[in-house]
Amino acid sequence: MTVYKAAEEPRRTAPTPDPSDRSRSRRAPGIPKTIWAMVLPAFLLFFFFHTVPVLTGIFYSFTNFAGYGEWRFVGFSNYVNLFRDERVFSAYRFTFWFALVSTVLVNVIALAIAVGLNARIKLKTTFRAVFFLPHVLAILIVGYVFNYMFANSLPTIAERMGITALSASILANEDLAWVGVVILAVWQAAAFNIILYLAGLQTVPSEVYEAANLDGASSWQQFLRITFPLIGAFFTINMVLSLKNFLQVFDHIVALTNGGPGTATESISLLIYRGGLQGGEYAYQTANAVVYLIAIVVLSLIQFRILQRREASF
Amino acid sequence: MSSATEATQAPARRRRTGAGERTNWPATIIIAVCSLSVLIPLYFTVVTAFKTPDQLGGTGFELPQGLAWENFSTAWELTSFPRALRNSAVVTGGAVLLTLLTNSMVAYAIARHMDRSRVFTLLYYYFIAALFVPFPIIMLPVVRQTALLGLDNPIGLIILYTVYGLSLNIFIYVAYVRSIPIELEEAARTDGASTWTTFWRIIFPLLAPMNATVAILTSMWAWNDFMLPLVILSEPEHQTLPLVQYVFQGQFTTNYSVAFASYLMALLPMVLVYVVAQRWVISGVMRGSAK
Repeated sequence: MTVYKAAEEPRRTAPTPDPSDRSRSRRAPGIPKTIWAMVLPAFLLFFFFHTVPVLTGIFYSFTNFAGYGEWRFVGFSNYVNLFRDERVFSAYRFTFWFALVSTVLVNVIALAIAVGLNARIKLKTTFRAVFFLPHVLAILIVGYVFNYMFANSLPTIAERMGITALSASILANEDLAWVGVVILAVWQAAAFNIILYLAGLQTVPSEVYEAANLDGASSWQQFLRITFPLIGAFFTINMVLSLKNFLQVFDHIVALTNGGPGTATESISLLIYRGGLQGGEYAYQTANAVVYLIAIVVLSLIQFRILQRREASF
Repeated sequence: MSSATEATQAPARRRRTGAGERTNWPATIIIAVCSLSVLIPLYFTVVTAFKTPDQLGGTGFELPQGLAWENFSTAWELTSFPRALRNSAVVTGGAVLLTLLTNSMVAYAIARHMDRSRVFTLLYYYFIAALFVPFPIIMLPVVRQTALLGLDNPIGLIILYTVYGLSLNIFIYVAYVRSIPIELEEAARTDGASTWTTFWRIIFPLLAPMNATVAILTSMWAWNDFMLPLVILSEPEHQTLPLVQYVFQGQFTTNYSVAFASYLMALLPMVLVYVVAQRWVISGVMRGSAK
């Protein structure tokens, strides 16, 4: 958002070459028909495939529609039932806990690796390419590979090393299965975040570091006092985007645990998919989606506020 | 904008190394060790795909004894690999093409008129706000809508990727369009070019860097996506590569080597493209984010 304002600047100050009647009339409400024609189809399609579903979702959340057959209005009973549903409660608890842990881990790891990649290292572009590789792979497929490693290789290795706690698959353990999901999510999401942070780090002019070096600042001090504040905007965006993406977690879980053991790793997305498309709970799950939407919007706004205040305090 | 940063970056780096500063070996070693965490699962995939079922015990990290190419031919036939590959290619290619042609145009119209018209400002925020509405929230109604319209096929997927990509792509394009001097268009218009011609002849070519970024992001998204094909497609013959892995998961459990051969084949096309175009892909992604 801030950047787009910066881009706006030169245009405002640019001299208008021809302040005649003709250009003024162009600035007046008369927007060419072609321009309207350019945006109208996109607007209609977007409205139809995005806004209409939001609205029909809200509409059906007040009914008892099963996805087929007859239905009638049931008021707020879907919402009331949601708050009493242990399975829904567990899905929210798992999803938010997973998203929180993964967001923190991904950002810490990605920032650390980006700083490393930005240092004067050998084979810089090769390593950069390797670290981005997970992003070009389908999460579902990588998930199946991780599934096999967690279920077969890890227990064998743990057994040989005498770690009995890990000698059974972590994915089959109700208390540990979420860790497997976090590992896959962090492994995959770090790739994109590393590149975003690297882009941020490259906006820091090297002269700043030269000055800091002359002043005898240690690397850690340089990072804390110079690098981190200067890439604050990237940190904010990455935190918000990672959290938002992790709250939608779906592929990871389908590949690793399918929501199990029991419903220990069932995420909100998976619950909506299963209940709404397979379980005849169409209306009930649209109510769930509405609550989920409100949660995401509120959370994103809070996050923006907190992170921006932090950014400004430097 | 990014080309400017890159340009200042290169000489600066040279100057720093030239000033007698050596390669940072500790950092190089740490980064090399960290990169193993990326490579190990991939190594695991490759070796497992080449093993015969009786070699599957142990830790799984052992090298295969001989190369069991028959895993690949079994997986090829079982999953109808050519068909899934074609479906993925059609959906991804279609989505990229349609996205480039439409999203750039919409972003241009918005970027050039959001100062003068409140409608366009509202339109901008309308599209951007959708970034906060994840797909699972609208999934159930979307599935019904596409089914009713007969769009439960690759055409429907292409349309959905193009429409849902708008939010992010408009964000990427608009900032860039606003950095292009408006004088270019004014000159074209005084020469009698229509708005339509001006966009396609003058602006669209100038958007090339952003077109590359959008094409890269869209293709990686459409190619690897699992959720949309899962809920939208109704016919087995339309299944894309990730979806096929899901559908055959039950049959794979009897033979993991075939499963891994199938995974490897599904991952390989994108990896090959990436290996060839790696610098270009990464700079494209960085360009999109540095704004």
